[in-house]
Amino acid sequence: MDALSKKVQEVFDEPACGKNQAKSEKDRKKGCTKQLAPGAAAGGCAFDGAKIALQPITDVAHLVHGPIACEGNSWDNRGAKSSGSRLYRTGFTTDINELDVVYGGEKRLFKSVKEIIEKYDPPAIFVYQTCVTALIGDDIEAVCKAATAKFGKPVIPVNAPGFVGNKNLGNKLAGEALLDYVIGTEEPEYTTPYDINIIGEYNLAGELWQVKPLLDEMGVRILSCISGDAKYKEVACSHRARAAMMVCSKAMINIARKMEERYSIPYFEGSFYGISDMSDSLRNIARLLVEKGAPADLMDRTEAIIKREEAAFWQAMEPYKERLKGVKVLLITGGVKSWSVVSALQEVGMEIVGTSVKKSTLEDKQKIKELMGEDAHMIDDMTPREMYKMLKDAQADIMLSGGRSQFVALKAKMPWLDINQERHHAYAGYSGMVTLVREIDKALYNPMWEQVRKPAPWDTPVGAASTPRLTADRALEGTPTAHPLAA
Amino acid sequence: MANVTHVKKSCAVNPLKMSAPIGAALAFMGLDNCMPTLHGSQGCTAFGLVLFVRHFKEAVPMQTTAMNEATTIMGGMDNVEQAILNIHKRAQPSIIGIASTGLTETKGDDVDGYLEIIRRKHPELAELAVVYVSTPDYVGAFQDGWAKAVAKLVKELAEPGPKIAGQVNVLAGSQLTPGDIEEIREIFEAFGMKPIILPDLSGSMDGHVPDNFSPTTLGGTTLTELRITGASEFTVAIGEHMRDAAQVLKNKCGVPFEVLETLTGLDACDRLMSLLTEKSGRPAPNKYRRQRSQLVDAMLDAHFYTGGKKIAIGAEPDLLWGVGNLLAGMGAELAAVVTTTASPLLEKLPAQEVLIGDLEDLENRAQDCDLLITHSHGRQMAKRLDIPFLRLGLPMFDRLGAAHQVTAGYRGTRDLLFGIANIFMAEAHEPLPDDWRNTDSEGASCGSCTSAAAH
Repeated sequence: MDALSKKVQEVFDEPACGKNQAKSEKDRKKGCTKQLAPGAAAGGCAFDGAKIALQPITDVAHLVHGPIACEGNSWDNRGAKSSGSRLYRTGFTTDINELDVVYGGEKRLFKSVKEIIEKYDPPAIFVYQTCVTALIGDDIEAVCKAATAKFGKPVIPVNAPGFVGNKNLGNKLAGEALLDYVIGTEEPEYTTPYDINIIGEYNLAGELWQVKPLLDEMGVRILSCISGDAKYKEVACSHRARAAMMVCSKAMINIARKMEERYSIPYFEGSFYGISDMSDSLRNIARLLVEKGAPADLMDRTEAIIKREEAAFWQAMEPYKERLKGVKVLLITGGVKSWSVVSALQEVGMEIVGTSVKKSTLEDKQKIKELMGEDAHMIDDMTPREMYKMLKDAQADIMLSGGRSQFVALKAKMPWLDINQERHHAYAGYSGMVTLVREIDKALYNPMWEQVRKPAPWDTPVGAASTPRLTADRALEGTPTAHPLAA
Repeated sequence: MANVTHVKKSCAVNPLKMSAPIGAALAFMGLDNCMPTLHGSQGCTAFGLVLFVRHFKEAVPMQTTAMNEATTIMGGMDNVEQAILNIHKRAQPSIIGIASTGLTETKGDDVDGYLEIIRRKHPELAELAVVYVSTPDYVGAFQDGWAKAVAKLVKELAEPGPKIAGQVNVLAGSQLTPGDIEEIREIFEAFGMKPIILPDLSGSMDGHVPDNFSPTTLGGTTLTELRITGASEFTVAIGEHMRDAAQVLKNKCGVPFEVLETLTGLDACDRLMSLLTEKSGRPAPNKYRRQRSQLVDAMLDAHFYTGGKKIAIGAEPDLLWGVGNLLAGMGAELAAVVTTTASPLLEKLPAQEVLIGDLEDLENRAQDCDLLITHSHGRQMAKRLDIPFLRLGLPMFDRLGAAHQVTAGYRGTRDLLFGIANIFMAEAHEPLPDDWRNTDSEGASCGSCTSAAAH
C-alpha cells in the first residue's frame, strides 16, 4: 500500500469521529467514502477540500501542481479574509502541458517553486497534488523535500488528488499535511496561560473577527487559528497552546485529536453559531484554560461577558419577534452545524420545516429530534426538483442553503439566504446571529416579492386580482416604514 | 503586426486561462434540453459549475462520470454507461454532451468506442443523442474546448438535405454573450432570414424565470435545429475559432460559409451588413442605417478620450481581436496584451507584442497603462496598479448582468465605446498649478523648484 492510500485509510479510521464511533467494526474498515453515482453526483473533490482547508493561511504561496483546470477554473473564489498578507489570493499553478504529461512534471514543479521564492519570497510554499500528476507518478513529496533542502524554506506537500475522494476527505488530508510538516516546527516568542488554538475556523466573511474581540476581552490569546487568517509561523507554533476549540468537527477532527495525543492539548467541540452555542464555547474555552492552570477568575470574567452579550442580543431581537413568528424555514446545509442554527432560529420564533442531515452524526440527529420533535423533517438528500416543489407549494417561506441551490429558490420566486462558504455576511457570535436574523427579515419583507409574483399582463384574465402570499400580507400589515431597524 | 510570444516560465501566476473541458461544457449548455457532462473526477465538474453559477447567476446543469482512482486505472467504460443511464432516468434530456478531462485523457479512455458498445447494449437509448468531445485539460484553453464541441456537434448530428429557403446557420463563438446572440438573431431576422444559432446561450443562459423546474438546460438550439443545419443555405461563423466547425459542416453537408472574426467595430458590422444584403437580396433595414450613423457619431464623440490611451488587455484570442481592434481603431495603444491560446489572429493584432501567458505577465506590463480590460480576476491587479478596470469576458463573478453585456453589432459597439470613454472621462486628471513646471532636474539644483523636491 502506498503512502497516500495509507493516509486515506488512517483518516477513515479516525477514532474521535462521531460517525465512526457509531459504526460496526466492519463498516469502519470500509471507510466513509460512499461510492458516487456517475451522472447523479455533486460536490467538490479531495483537492478542493484540501485547498479550502489550507488556503486561509494568508502569507504562504499555494501552488497547484496540475493542468489549468484545477487552479485556473477555481482561484480566488473563496471568502476567507485576511488581516495582513494577500498572497493567499494569488493563483499559482504549474499549468502542465502535454509534454509534461508524457515526460513527467517534477522538473517544472521544482522550477516553479524556485520562481515563486525568487519573486514572492513567502515564508513557506504549499504544493497541492492533483489527479493527472498523481496518475503519471509525479512524486511531490520528493520534489518538496529536495526544494526544502535547496532553498532552505519549508515546501510542504499536500497530497490530496481529486480522485481519492470528496471534499471532506480532502479537508482531513490537508490536516495530515499540517501535522506531518508544519505543526511543532517552530517556537513562539512567548507563551501565556491563556493561549488557545481554534481548529477548523476559516474566517469566512471575517467571522473570526466577530468572535475575537470577546476573546480579547476575556484575556484569551489565539495562538493559532487553523486556518482562518493564519500566518505560517502561527500554525508552526500552535503546539504550544494550552487548549483548543474544534469548530467544524467533520473537517479537522484529526488535527485536534492528534495534537491532544502529541502535545497534550485538550480540546472541545464547539460552535460559534447560535446564542447558546456561542456562550457554551466561551465557557468551555475558559474552563479548559483554568483546568490547565490559568487563574480561576477567567471564569467570572467570561460569565460576565456572556451575560452582557446575551442580554444585548435579546434586546436586539425585540423588533423581529413579531415579524418572524411562525415563519417557515427550510434549512439545507452541510457547512454549518444544522442543529445549532435550528435552535437559534427557533429561539427567535421561527419554525423549521425541514433540515438536511447529510453530513450530521447520529448524535446531531438526536439533537435535532430533541429540538424539532420526533416527526422532524430530516432530509438526507433532496433533489433540486423536490426543493423547488416544496418552495413553490409554500411549504416553506424561505430557504437557507449554499450557493449551489440558490437559483432553485429564486426561480420559485421564494426568498433565499446564503449560509455557506461563499456568503458575504458574517454570522458568527452574538453579533453574527443578529445579522442572520436581520438578513432573514430583509429577505422576507422585501417588497420585490409581491411584484415578481404578479402575473404578466397577458396572463391576467380581465378583472382578476393576484393572490398575495404570506410575506406580502405581513409586509402590508406593518407600518409604512416596513423595516423596524431601518433607521 | 504583432510579435507573438509564449511566455517562458514554469509557474503560471494568476491564471487568465480556463480549461478546455468547461469551454466544451458551456457550448453544450447552448443546446435545448441538454445535460453537459464531464468525464473526469467530480471536482472537474464542481469547479466548472461553480464558475458558471457565479458568472451567469443561474442554476447550471452539469454532470460528472465521477471517476475515482480505481475506475481511472481500470478504464471509465462503466462510469460512462452508468452516467448516461442515470442522467437518462433522472433528467430525461434529448442530448447528453460529454467532454473528457485531463484525468481520463491521461489514462486514454476511448469514449467513442465505449459509446458504440453502450448503444448496442441499451436499445432503450435510441432516441437519446450522445455527443462526445475530447478535451484534455492540458491542451489549449476555454475557447478551444468550445470550438471542438461545436465542430463535433455538427459532425455527428448535422444531416445533409434539400436546402430550406431563407435558413442560415450562425456558429456563435465563445466570445459572444447571450445578449450578443439576441442582437445577432434580430439582425438576421431583420433581413428576412431564419437563423439557426449554434450554440444558442440566449435561450438557456439569459436569466429567464421558467414556470417549472428543469434539471437540464431550458432553451437553446434544439436537436431538430441542429440536425437541419445541414439543409441551410449558408453558414456565418462568428469568431475565427468557429472556422473548423463551419468547414466540417461544409464537408459533410455542402453548406458554404463565411467567417466573420468579430461583430464588434464599424468595419466588422459593415461586413455583416454587406454579407446579409448580398445573401438576402434585401437592402439593409432602416434601423441599421440609423444605428450605423449613431455608431459613427459615438466614434466622433469618443475619440477625444480614447486617443493616445494605453490599454492593458487580457482576453481569449477572439474576444481580444474584436475589442483590441476597436480600441486601436480609436487611437488607443494596445500596450500590454496577454491571451490564453494560439490563434492565427494574434500576429495580425495591432500591437507590438502579444503574450500567451497569465495575469502576472499582464500586470508586469500594465504599470503605466490607462485602462485594464480583462475578466473579473483582474480585480486584484487593478487595485494594486490603481488603474481603471473594465470587466470583459468570462468569468465575471463580481458584477451583475454579465449575460447581457452586448458588444456585437452597431448598437453593442456604440455602448461599449461609450462605456470605455466614460471611464476615461471619470478618471480625467484635473490640472494643477505645478503640472507644467519643469521637474526633471533634481530639487536641490534649482532654488525655484522646491515643490519638485516635495514630490
